[in-house]
Amino acid sequence: MENAIRPDHKMILEIVEHGSRVLDLGCGDGELLSLLKTKKSCRVTGIEISEEAIFKCLERGVTVSQGDIDSGLTDYSDKRFDYVVLNESLQEVLNPERVILEACRVGKKVIVGIPNFCNISARLQVFFKGRVPVTKWLPYKWYNTPNIRFLSLKDFRYFCQDKGIEILKERALNQDKEIFVRTNLFAFVGIFLLKKD
Amino acid sequence: MDYVETKYFTFGNPPDELTLKSGVKLGPITLAYETYGTLNADQSNAILIFHALTGDAHAAGYHPDAKSPGWWDAMIGPGRAFDTNKYFMICANVIGSCKGSTGPSSTDPKTNKPYGLSFPVVTIEDMTVAQKYLIDHLGIKKLFACAGGSMGGLMALKWAVLFPEAAQSVILIATNYRHTAQQIALHEVARQAIMSDPDWQGGDYYGKSLPARGMAVSRMIGHITYMSEKSMDAKFGRKLIAKEKLGYDFSHDFEVENYLKYRGDSFVQRFDANSYLYLSKALDYFDLAEDGDITAVLKNVKAKVLIITFTSDWLYPSYQSKQMVKAFKANDVEVSFVELDTDYGHDSFLVEIESQSKLVRHFLDNVGKDGN
Repeated sequence: MENAIRPDHKMILEIVEHGSRVLDLGCGDGELLSLLKTKKSCRVTGIEISEEAIFKCLERGVTVSQGDIDSGLTDYSDKRFDYVVLNESLQEVLNPERVILEACRVGKKVIVGIPNFCNISARLQVFFKGRVPVTKWLPYKWYNTPNIRFLSLKDFRYFCQDKGIEILKERALNQDKEIFVRTNLFAFVGIFLLKKD
Repeated sequence: MDYVETKYFTFGNPPDELTLKSGVKLGPITLAYETYGTLNADQSNAILIFHALTGDAHAAGYHPDAKSPGWWDAMIGPGRAFDTNKYFMICANVIGSCKGSTGPSSTDPKTNKPYGLSFPVVTIEDMTVAQKYLIDHLGIKKLFACAGGSMGGLMALKWAVLFPEAAQSVILIATNYRHTAQQIALHEVARQAIMSDPDWQGGDYYGKSLPARGMAVSRMIGHITYMSEKSMDAKFGRKLIAKEKLGYDFSHDFEVENYLKYRGDSFVQRFDANSYLYLSKALDYFDLAEDGDITAVLKNVKAKVLIITFTSDWLYPSYQSKQMVKAFKANDVEVSFVELDTDYGHDSFLVEIESQSKLVRHFLDNVGKDGN
């Protein structure tokens, strides 16, 4: 029995061409890489910090190295991968700028998936409750969240502009549906396709 | 329960002796080996296990009348990580050892006396090449996997480089691609302990009294390097032996002293001092990157690779394996790397069974499954 594919994974699967070489930074239990491998015949590898997650990667047949993406990608030469994926991991790193620039160095294209910390539900909680928001996509309290970087889709666009990173594509998800207007207000998740030569 | 038995394979009879890396010829050569499980019809399910410095061919199962099983029994057997229901497991004793394969304590057919120091110096490469003769003899063209920890890891790595067509996958545990100054230094202390024992007599002690003190001291050093500070502290702490207070003399006070003495003394009974010299030297000579950089040396490797290290292993620290990982990646070799969080030091590869089993089992399950 096959589990339903997560909507963000579905979007990434739509972006990545058949047979691409893909590196997933913070690949977790290897779910996305396993899909890319089986559905798109991609050559995949991941970097992950958690031992338990690595056991699952190997169980799925996904090649993985234990490592901390914050310490750089010195194992890889420039433009080694067709795609470098940073899905749901950027908000947990200490030095996002360096991680993205490293991803752009080793990848011809980079896919970044980020939770939108400024969607309307979060904004209303801040405004009316006067509390740091807790939502379905951001289920943590301030004292136990692994997220240490809080940004909106708009913040990310400005960041790319500042760093000379080209945004080739941007898609947004509200719950499980793709949305097209006022994404910075309504999206829970944004998926960006980036390029930097 | 079925018992396992050690078998013997002899090759390199004159004039077809094996030419060692040093240029010296050695033959005939006998290898002691054991097998577990069944070789399938197309000989595609064989896994070769390489043992560590003082290990032997008896990796799994029981010999008749033995109280304890082979040295990696927890990893090898029906339903275990190296599942003998699926795989045909092979483990052979290395040349230079004293556990049934030709080494310094074997009889030199030219003199009918033990070789002693007239035994040629062997290298990790020689030990690996010798095992290729065994694999050829067993009719196996390509191993499903080869695997080893510590010295066994060096041999598995050497196999992948020397015979890229002869292994589908390689598992390297707690190992390195070159012996570092610290590793050499620790071995040298152990060797000096043996050689400064008057009973060693230039290696010519067979049939006389053994260099027991030197062997014991060398083993004590070895054991310290195989453990971690944390595991030693957990096991012994500052516990005293059958004493209420310190003795204020140089008899043993602490449990750790007693343990080392016990380990040292029992080692004399089970291992040959000259073999220890030869094998530790082989380890120290090992430098896979001697002909250039490690990336260039690994360029022909075709096997899928799994590398496992342990956080508390200070003898073969993880950073050395990480350099290998980088070199494999630069060559587009499919490599997975895990640093397991354990307290048992270098010995972790023998005792940290649960995590290792998961990794090895899943890794092997996916070998040959896709073109990746």
